[in-house]
Amino acid sequence: MAFSFSIYDFTSFTQWIDKSLYAAMPPFWALIVEMVIIGIVFLGFYALLGLFLVYAERKICAFMQCRVGPNRVGPFGFIQTIADLIKLLLKELIFIKNADKILFNVAPFIVIIVSFLAIAAIPFAKGLHAMDFNIGVFYIMAVSSMGVIGVLLAGWSSNNKYSLIGAMRSGAQIVSYELSVGLSLITIVVLAGSMQLSTIVEGQRDLWFIFKGHIPAIIAFIVFLIASTAETNRGPFDLAEAESELTAGFHTEYSGIRFAFFFLAEYMNMFLVASIAATVFWGGWMPLHINGFTGFNHVMDFIPPIFWFFGKSFFIMWIMMWFKWTFPRLRIDQLLTLEWKYLLPINLVNVLLMALIVLMGWHF
Amino acid sequence: MAEILEVKDIAQQEYLINMGPQHPSTHGVMRLVVSLNGEIVKNVQPHCGYIHRGIEKMCEKLTYPQIIHLTDRMDYLSAHMNNASVCLTVEKALGIEIPERVKYIRTIMDELQRIASHQLWWCAFGMDLGGLTCFFYGLRDREPILDIFEESTGSRLIQSYYTPGGLMNDIHPDFQKKVKEFIKYFRKILPEYDQLLTGNVIFQERTKGIGILSKEEAINRGLTGPSGRGSGFACDVRKRAPYHLYDKVDFKECLYEEGDTFARYKVRIDEMWESMKIIEQLIDNIPEGDYTAKMKAVIKLPEGEFFQRVETARGELICFIVSDGNKNPLRVKFRSPNLINLASLNVMSKDFKIADLVAISGSLDLVIPCMDR
Repeated sequence: MAFSFSIYDFTSFTQWIDKSLYAAMPPFWALIVEMVIIGIVFLGFYALLGLFLVYAERKICAFMQCRVGPNRVGPFGFIQTIADLIKLLLKELIFIKNADKILFNVAPFIVIIVSFLAIAAIPFAKGLHAMDFNIGVFYIMAVSSMGVIGVLLAGWSSNNKYSLIGAMRSGAQIVSYELSVGLSLITIVVLAGSMQLSTIVEGQRDLWFIFKGHIPAIIAFIVFLIASTAETNRGPFDLAEAESELTAGFHTEYSGIRFAFFFLAEYMNMFLVASIAATVFWGGWMPLHINGFTGFNHVMDFIPPIFWFFGKSFFIMWIMMWFKWTFPRLRIDQLLTLEWKYLLPINLVNVLLMALIVLMGWHF
Repeated sequence: MAEILEVKDIAQQEYLINMGPQHPSTHGVMRLVVSLNGEIVKNVQPHCGYIHRGIEKMCEKLTYPQIIHLTDRMDYLSAHMNNASVCLTVEKALGIEIPERVKYIRTIMDELQRIASHQLWWCAFGMDLGGLTCFFYGLRDREPILDIFEESTGSRLIQSYYTPGGLMNDIHPDFQKKVKEFIKYFRKILPEYDQLLTGNVIFQERTKGIGILSKEEAINRGLTGPSGRGSGFACDVRKRAPYHLYDKVDFKECLYEEGDTFARYKVRIDEMWESMKIIEQLIDNIPEGDYTAKMKAVIKLPEGEFFQRVETARGELICFIVSDGNKNPLRVKFRSPNLINLASLNVMSKDFKIADLVAISGSLDLVIPCMDR
């Protein structure tokens, strides 16, 4: 296969790499090399995105708070996060005397690996997709729910009362909100008729699901946004950290690069849920198409899919940052009430409603 | 621990956590030993004294004009009112009539200080509840007041502006203009506070019905200031025992009957409006004249006991001076509103969640250096 590269369709490019690797070496080694390549690409992407998101959050929160934000290191303070990263790398790792050493060391890695695993299933653009299997949505749900183990272990092993309270809160919170996230995704799976993320994206060729499934899809999106914010432990659901109550909650005792892992994982989880929302509700990399408007559709097609994907993800992240920096924090009982008494029943009814709409063919 | 604890005993032990001396929500070096049952607060035991400087004892070795400078360091957010408590006591003891101009300026300064203090309380309270943006909004609007203070008094936080008999120096020529500008600006900006925090569903859920203190309990425990008025206890010294010009100006005593955190919050927001009203009534009518009454070089109080109540931004501050006729007092006692308001914390926060404890202690607006003195 000849080398060809197009920003509109990565399929031929990725297939060219795949084919040339398999032609050059035995299948086992080709697979290993592919894994290593993907791992390195994702690591680099992960680090860059983390740095960028930290910078973006700082600038956005500064904008909301009548401040300037980082503006000293580099142009517009762009190097600030890199300087911070270097600082965190050089900082001493403080060991706590009575902490459970193994669990204390393992916890940050669990948190970061989990967010790393889930990203593999996200379709970034046409053909730019590390793993495309038939239970993509299910896989993401399963993997991302393991993050709570890391948080619980971090809180428990630190041997700190504040950390323990934070971890327990976080456990209750993530386990509860997992349900809503799952159910709101299932609503769209019902509409799409598939759990494979590439099929879900392809299904939105004529119209994005949020418009296609009208009312239930919009409800599902709002529920997903609330529940996924809670799942990533971000404000106004940042009870596990709850700075004013529990100092820093489950990661109070962590320092240096271990703290940076928790910090980075938070941003990556935010990117993850934003990209899932973009993929499932807003068409992923699919440009905005309206049935019948051929000229308009052609103009939209002119914008490369990768920009569509990141544009949508960043927009959803911006919404999440917006309400983080506006709302006060909920209390733990209010948080659980919101989930079990409101979101979950709404969601269950919503799934039925969506099933009805799909059966009757009422969607667009 | 000599005796061996059985598993049964451990299960019944309370989960004790130390909030403070260094904790983000105590706003200073106060320690709260909190007994928890899960998330529910069973008992709160405050430990103070981490910033005790013995101000009352130090006063015994100082002359009256020198004492003023120590009072700033008690409740640094209502420095003017603290100064006023000593100045008014001394003036009362000596029986001096102070110029009208001084009274006007003192009233305006006190009210500006009250607004600044409530602004800082508002931002810290928002931050206690997790709304970090409030902090910057409050500080942004507090800045013009501090600039006004800086121009006239030469200092931003601890001004020591009042002296027995008058003021340290006259107001800056721009004072009136700047104050009017600020009032115009703040009247526009204060509804923004409501938009950001007061109307928020989460905020209302977090504060309504939380930390209820009945009127009887508030009176019994001597809860004064905005916190007391949130319980319906009409304890505003400006109304009950007017000093400065408070009997001449028209303002409302903000009272709420609910006694919960939200009521205490509303009292402070309303008080900012009332303070602006007071300033507006006075700012154009400052009479010409001396900025201080004629005082002797060495102030000696007659033998006896003197006291004066003032309303600081946190409650009723009483300065009590016992004099033996010397140039320094025999004994000085300050009734700090913070220490006495703290006494209600345990009653208020019992059986609420730990997050509510933060909200309740935030709504009491405690300034720790005033508590410990």
